[in-house]
Amino acid sequence: MEDKRIFSDICGGRLALQCRSYSPFCREFCVSCPRLSLRSLTAVTCTVWLAAYGLFALCENSMILSAAIFITLLGLLGYLHFVKIDQETLLIIDSLGIQMTSSYASGKENTTFIEMGKVKDIVINEAIYMQKVIYYLCILLKDPLEPHNISQVVPVFQSAKPRLDCLIEVYKSCQEVLAHQKATSTRP
Amino acid sequence: MDSQGPPASTIKSKAGSPQPVASRCIHQDCLSHVGWPQDCQPSCSSRSSCSESTSFLPSRVTGMVLKAFFPTCCTSADSGLLVGRWVPEQSSAVVLAVVHFPFIPIQVKELLAQVQQASRVSLAVLGTWCHRQQESEESLGHFLEGLGAIFSHEPWLQLCRERGSKFWSCKATHQQRPGTPGVSSEDHVMLIFYDQRKVLLSHLHSPTVLPDCQAGDATASAEGLAAIFDTVSRSEVLFCKNQFDEGPVRLSHWQSEGVEASILVELAKQASGPVCLLVACLLSLVSASGSCRLWKLWPLPFIASKLSTCEQLRHRLEHLTLVFSTQKAQSPAQLMRKANMLVSMLLDVALGLTLLSWLHSSNRIGQLANALIPMADHVAEELQHLLQWLMGAPAGLKMNRALDQVLGRFFLYHIHLWISYIHLMSPFIERILWHVGLSACLGLTVALSILSDILALLTFHIYCFYVYGARPKHSPYSAHVCRLYCLKICGLSSLWRLFRGKKWNVLRQRVDSCSYDLDQLFIGTLLFTILVFLLPTTALYYLVFTLLRLLVVTVQGLIHLLVDLINSLPLYSLGLRLCRPYRLAAGVKFHVLEHEAGRPLRLLMQINPLPYSSVVHTYRLPSSGCHPKHSWGSLCRKLFFGELIYPWKQRGDKQD
Repeated sequence: MEDKRIFSDICGGRLALQCRSYSPFCREFCVSCPRLSLRSLTAVTCTVWLAAYGLFALCENSMILSAAIFITLLGLLGYLHFVKIDQETLLIIDSLGIQMTSSYASGKENTTFIEMGKVKDIVINEAIYMQKVIYYLCILLKDPLEPHNISQVVPVFQSAKPRLDCLIEVYKSCQEVLAHQKATSTRP
Repeated sequence: MDSQGPPASTIKSKAGSPQPVASRCIHQDCLSHVGWPQDCQPSCSSRSSCSESTSFLPSRVTGMVLKAFFPTCCTSADSGLLVGRWVPEQSSAVVLAVVHFPFIPIQVKELLAQVQQASRVSLAVLGTWCHRQQESEESLGHFLEGLGAIFSHEPWLQLCRERGSKFWSCKATHQQRPGTPGVSSEDHVMLIFYDQRKVLLSHLHSPTVLPDCQAGDATASAEGLAAIFDTVSRSEVLFCKNQFDEGPVRLSHWQSEGVEASILVELAKQASGPVCLLVACLLSLVSASGSCRLWKLWPLPFIASKLSTCEQLRHRLEHLTLVFSTQKAQSPAQLMRKANMLVSMLLDVALGLTLLSWLHSSNRIGQLANALIPMADHVAEELQHLLQWLMGAPAGLKMNRALDQVLGRFFLYHIHLWISYIHLMSPFIERILWHVGLSACLGLTVALSILSDILALLTFHIYCFYVYGARPKHSPYSAHVCRLYCLKICGLSSLWRLFRGKKWNVLRQRVDSCSYDLDQLFIGTLLFTILVFLLPTTALYYLVFTLLRLLVVTVQGLIHLLVDLINSLPLYSLGLRLCRPYRLAAGVKFHVLEHEAGRPLRLLMQINPLPYSSVVHTYRLPSSGCHPKHSWGSLCRKLFFGELIYPWKQRGDKQD
């Protein structure tokens, strides 16, 4: 069962949230960030090359031009592979765990899996970020030695940064799954 | 094909005995551990308050989804029995192999008991696997259900697959208490496919898994994912039988097509025994000769502690001893360590031999030797110019003429001595360099350490100036060398305290007020004034020579950093991460496979490899301590107060 809706992130950019429910206890939330725009790419490339040409005009050394091309290419590859995140996915499976995947523009995927035994709860936290007050969804992890304490807070959708309305949707859905999980785990 | 079993109750108890499944009464407060349901009735006290009156189950979490871990190699296997481990705490069934028809139940149970004894993993028959090749195999289904009576297991898993279909049907049934009417309850089942070979070979690096968890632990762990990995890796004994064996039981698992092995690996294993023995003997001879009494005569230990070459050689000897020791590695971590040391030593020797061949080609050594003397002369000349400049009016500052001349002449004399020493050595330089170049076959690190030591020896005069100008706390030099700057600073600080009427309390380690006599105050103030006016001169000399010394220390530090890098980088682990990423697992990742409503959920479990930074951090070899340990703050502090800066941390030196 799939569901796709448009939201916005904290800076006003456009985000798409896709919720998939594979079964009553397995749900997936996929937040897609806006892609790399041709306009910004052209702007950056032109700036770099103009600067290189200006230096070349001063120094009369053609190595500067080839170095500029090299730097632009490497910079673009590095940006696509290490910085630009296209999609962030949260997969929650009852009695197994929670998996967070970030896929980069170059196709690389970074996955983290947290076992359900370590998860205490999923909450929406408030934070002061520069001059803004933003909301973010995070997973609270239990301390293995003291189950009532929280040992770690893992934020979700860190680079997409959706707004509260999108987070509430995800939160409600996750709480349904977690409620079932808590009900089964407290019984002996 | 199989004998009619004895009455049900006997079989159940027989099936119960090899499997240590702890059954607990589900009544909330009753803590009695029982072997079979009926035993609980008389002793259970809270039975009256308990609402659960129907099913009595062995300990598992009720309502939890049942997870069946199924190996991908068995998805196309013929129908048979599922054999594996049941983890009740997480309600997961780890299927290890499929037993095919025909089989005799007694023999299957014997095999499981054997494997359980060898691997200490509680194996059991978990259920049945039905792979329908044609449409008309209805009887197979009924037959398989009958097997549930022979091998009773709670819950009984029934997996079924149509030929060519992607979607499976799974059922997990629980037996009700005998005497209670009603259907057996079913659980939701979630299928998780895993690659058996990769999970077997991988080593899970999780924060919950203790790093020094020995392979010979009592029982397999039951904590989360570590349980799965543990189960598969310990059950290696089960995978030794393949379909070409003549055994009574036919199994299907990742090795059932034939046991995989590599000829090279087997040959290496056979050869490693005698080779290790031989090399261990040689190394023990070398270390015995190294620890004989001759080397303890002074000043040899003192020189040896200063030279980084001896440190490096000792470090390498330790590594070699560890790698070629005749003891087998106890844990995977130790094995990785040995492998890392071996690979890093091989790389070291290879780089050293490359350097050697480069040096000895086209008479580079001769060129180097010829260039050395003029370079030393040039450096000495520059230093003399510098001192002449300082003795005049450097940068327009006015120096105290007398002190200036004394210091300047003192240092000029030193330079003269040093240059004479270099000229004395000049005929032997080429020979020395040739022999030093030969040491590169021991490794690049040794050659670099020798280079650093030669640099230290050649700039010995700057070191002397620096030492004369500073005050070392643990200086090995004797007290007749005057340590101007720090002496001045110490004197100034105590006289400044006197000026203000205070004193340093050594007992309490703090500044206390003190009433001085008039003559003490008078002398103190006079001396203070003199020292203050002489400060610029000494400070300038100190500054110049400290800068030179820092330059030399920086170069030496860089060389030591490179040596340390070669020593401690875990190359084998990095290579393993590059070529066989599943061997080093940070965790797992799940991928949801194609799903149809009404069918059980299917997931694919893949191994999430460890990131490169974690690999380096976890498997980093301990360094020999030859690297700079100063933080910027302590460096500045030492510079200001005139303490000596060593580019390396000496072994056995006390902390400041």
